[in-house]
Amino acid sequence: MKEEIVIAGFGGQGVLSMGKILAYAGLMDNLEVTWMPSYGPEQRGGTANVTVILSDAPISSPVLDSYDTAVVLNQQSLDKFEGKVKAGGTLIYDPSGIHHLPTRTDIRVVPVDAMDAAIELKNSKTYNMILLGALLKCRPVVEIDAVLRGLKKTLPERHHHLLPLNEQALKKGMTLVG
Amino acid sequence: MEEVKLMKGNEAIAHAAIRYGADGYFGYPITPQSEVLETLAELRPWETTGMTVLQAESEVAAINMVYGGAATGRAVMTSSSSPGVSLKQEGISYLAASELPALIVNVMRGGPGLGTIQPSQADYFQATKGGGHGDYHLIVLAPSTVQEMADFVALGFDLAFKYRTPAMILADGIVGQMMEKVVLPEQRARRTDEEIRRQCPWAACGRGDRSHRNVVTSLELDSAKMEENNLRFQRTYREIEANEVRYQEYYTDDAEYLIVAFGSVARICLKAIEDARAAGHKIGMLRPITLWPFPYAEISRLAGRVKGILTVELNAGQMVEDVRLAANGAVDVFHFGRMGGIVPNPGEVLDALNKHFQVEF
Repeated sequence: MKEEIVIAGFGGQGVLSMGKILAYAGLMDNLEVTWMPSYGPEQRGGTANVTVILSDAPISSPVLDSYDTAVVLNQQSLDKFEGKVKAGGTLIYDPSGIHHLPTRTDIRVVPVDAMDAAIELKNSKTYNMILLGALLKCRPVVEIDAVLRGLKKTLPERHHHLLPLNEQALKKGMTLVG
Repeated sequence: MEEVKLMKGNEAIAHAAIRYGADGYFGYPITPQSEVLETLAELRPWETTGMTVLQAESEVAAINMVYGGAATGRAVMTSSSSPGVSLKQEGISYLAASELPALIVNVMRGGPGLGTIQPSQADYFQATKGGGHGDYHLIVLAPSTVQEMADFVALGFDLAFKYRTPAMILADGIVGQMMEKVVLPEQRARRTDEEIRRQCPWAACGRGDRSHRNVVTSLELDSAKMEENNLRFQRTYREIEANEVRYQEYYTDDAEYLIVAFGSVARICLKAIEDARAAGHKIGMLRPITLWPFPYAEISRLAGRVKGILTVELNAGQMVEDVRLAANGAVDVFHFGRMGGIVPNPGEVLDALNKHFQVEF
């Protein structure tokens, strides 16, 4: 098993932390893992992306030409990464703020209304966990349980009361995939 | 059982420094290596091992604090990124001239000048040819994984103390910023004053019952004596060259063409090689782990067997000069590089192989 994933959007949308949670879940499942951020001078509002590779064999390059799965959260990211999804791969996008829809027909294109779902959960910070749930529904590369164990391990104790909300968000995300 | 952790390369350096039993870290923040100082501040080793962690007022102050700590036989280090490491060069030359062990970490970013904050390998010349003045060398280690970021802290300190010379970890923004699995070394105790006195008889840590005072200086106004010093440094460098060359070979047994790449770029090349091999092309790679001492003999040996060599670097062509020295005309040596913080993807490496060696993919 080897899954090469890119997650891209605005800084502040939780792109890097979503990748991090996925990477920790991979660690929990004893997979090989790399997490490579496009670090830049950007802060909230700028673009951010992260490449996460999960594999049961050693990983060579953390830098890739193409991806099995892309999660894109704004138009710039869609424009940049749609063409880099491997044929047969998966493109997940949040339609809010997208004016030009994806056009590829040789990949699975999955719109996920994560912002609306986050508003339903009355916590905009659940946005990235909803998307992660959608991602794992499309590509079950790690167990939900591994995500939760990873979260528990990395979140400071004082935030542990948020674990049920995160689980709820993950499961909500899974229901949004048609 | 060893605990496997997930962390950034920069964080691994901080953890490994504490685990090594380092006595002091002196630094000044700069992207993309600020997590070294941040992680040390978070881990608060002064409360556990007694390690000093200090944010200096500048890079220049930090390297001179390293000089002071090293002169007393302590295991001390600093870290920075390219522009900050340029500022440290005077102090590094003084450390080398005073035969002081120390660890310097450079997480390279795009230059020259203030440049960018994205990854680069354009400080190869500075690190391997002596960035400061005078005839000196650093032992230069080039990590390509987060595990090596952690492991090379101990290796760098051990080599620095063994040869009484500063060592450098020459990393880049990729391996500094990326997270992957790492197993940290066991916690070692910091050396006691007694151990330092025994292991570093040269250290200026109080005269005690010694018959003489130790003086640590790089100044020697008597030219004949200064030449003697230089000859001693050179003997040490020859010894290091004879004993400490480190490198890793990949698919070289049957390779028709050879890539030479270091650090994270070697991993990008490895992916390209895997793709090339899947298409039936016999490409191999040698990854220098020590950039100084450089694996001249090993590359020379391979140069006699392959049809061509390509170096891939995040610069305009620096290590390629050493590879050409090693090949010594036996085979053509080409260079492919990106600059200014741009990182090539594996496909660009395949294109470069195709361009120079006409191997179709």
